[in-house]
Amino acid sequence: MALEDLCHFRDIFQEDITTERFSMPFELKEAGLSFTNNRNLLHFYIPEVEYLDESPIQFGQINLMQSASAISSQESPSAFPLPTNLPFTSSQTVPLPFPMAHGTTTLAFMFQGGVLAAADTRSSCSGLVACPASQKILPIHSHLVGTTSGTSADCMLWKRILARELRLYQLRHSRRLSTRGAAKLLSHMLHPFKGTELCVAATLCGWDGGELEDECHDHEESAGTTKTQKPDLGMTVGPSQGSSFTPQDSSRKARLSGPRLFYVCSDGTRLEGMLFSVGSGSPYAYSILDQGVRWGLTVEEATSVAREAVYRATHRDAYSGNFVDVFHITSKGWTRRKREDLKEEYYREKERQRLERKTQHDILRANTSSRHKPS
Amino acid sequence: MEYLIGIQGPDFVLVAADNVAASSIIQMKHDYDKMFKLSEKILLLCVGEAGDTVQFAEYIQKNVQLYKMRNGYELSPTAAANFTRKNLADYLRSRTPYHVNLLLAGYDEAEGPGLFYMDYLSSLAKAPFAAHGYGAFLTLSILDRYYRPDLSRDDAVDLLKKCVEELSKRFILNLPSFTVRLIDKDGIHDMEKLTLSGEMSGFWFWF
Repeated sequence: MALEDLCHFRDIFQEDITTERFSMPFELKEAGLSFTNNRNLLHFYIPEVEYLDESPIQFGQINLMQSASAISSQESPSAFPLPTNLPFTSSQTVPLPFPMAHGTTTLAFMFQGGVLAAADTRSSCSGLVACPASQKILPIHSHLVGTTSGTSADCMLWKRILARELRLYQLRHSRRLSTRGAAKLLSHMLHPFKGTELCVAATLCGWDGGELEDECHDHEESAGTTKTQKPDLGMTVGPSQGSSFTPQDSSRKARLSGPRLFYVCSDGTRLEGMLFSVGSGSPYAYSILDQGVRWGLTVEEATSVAREAVYRATHRDAYSGNFVDVFHITSKGWTRRKREDLKEEYYREKERQRLERKTQHDILRANTSSRHKPS
Repeated sequence: MEYLIGIQGPDFVLVAADNVAASSIIQMKHDYDKMFKLSEKILLLCVGEAGDTVQFAEYIQKNVQLYKMRNGYELSPTAAANFTRKNLADYLRSRTPYHVNLLLAGYDEAEGPGLFYMDYLSSLAKAPFAAHGYGAFLTLSILDRYYRPDLSRDDAVDLLKKCVEELSKRFILNLPSFTVRLIDKDGIHDMEKLTLSGEMSGFWFWF
């Protein structure tokens, strides 16, 4: 698994020990979930307290006694009982190796021409610009693109994991998973990390429908995946269906195809909608988008509204800036517009305002001088 | 921030929920449906922490449907409410408690209509009327004052409108519209959305 390979968990956890998910983790060397080789979709490694004590970067000096006391104090009810298994959320015992990045402006909306996604390109690290030309819109497959907001590393990793799982689904089931299914899959994958420092707020922009396979779906279902993969077809949980598509299914397919936009957040939110903006600059972007976005926009108009929204947000928000990326998703897939420097846009606007003021000034002067003409 | 309300009549239950899906100060969606259909005559209204609501409600929803598939008949509202409460209680003292507040409304042939109030500490109470959220502070006394056990359907809708008007008058947060549904012996009926201006907006679709 990607996570374990990255963080070297194999030496900590033995493969054959399995426990209940909610057992007391006072003994070390207990695996959170059974790590099997069956590539079960939702058998992701769930971080236990011990893992979080042994940070892979080895920067913090957290001791196990502290974490044990944190667990024993979890019974005290509070107004908002957060999952208290993770010391990061309690008093800061582990200093983070470097400040995490959270600032961005990303937006996406649906219109008659498909889905448009736009984002700035500034990666900030609590006050300094770590990278002025990062990529916040990551293609996942030919018809699905995800905007990322939150911690850049987390977003990139989870997008790649999502891309891998979607590709596996496509190979296993001979069809692409719908955007709704991808959103649900991502949401369920992120659920075990709720309450940790993981911060991923993504909008998935995709176009469903396309290849319509007539093959049957009688694959062996790995347990726990039926919930996430089946609902978009409307099939019930039960023995595998061996029949090919009926006409009813194909009409349902036609209804289900088209542009789709989902917002998925690591705190568990999963929303379907027509317009989303995420990040520290999102309030500024929302105000431009709410005025300009309609269903009947042309592609050029939509692109210009998206650019304008990102530009205004970068103007006001310190954590957004530099360039703007625009992606357009249609039934044929995604296309990417050339990255544009917003500094130029700022100077163009200043120039426009200067010219406007100049022409107004000229008109005013012309009017007053004409009035003063001797009769 | 979020608001749920339920009113039980002699042979029906009227429930309403606001339509806002918010993320800090931004309304991300204006038409978000907070009601989950557990069965033909049971609705679960769920508010609370961001991901927990959908996760928990869908879990309960699928399990209730699984019961029906396995046994051939549907759970009664009382049974569904107790099942929900049991799950909340089981998770409460685990490392991942669900912070959700629920109203379960249903109609049973044998027992009649039922409205159940559940909160995140897994308490359960069958009540003639109930509300969740900050708006409950403002509207429970209206319900106390005007509720009668023999309310007609129109009376119940009027009572609901009174509550919503009070919210729009005194609640600092903007809750522009509310989904309204009615459960009786014929199943779940979608009623017209209540909007802030007082007019009823006509359209609605069930998922």
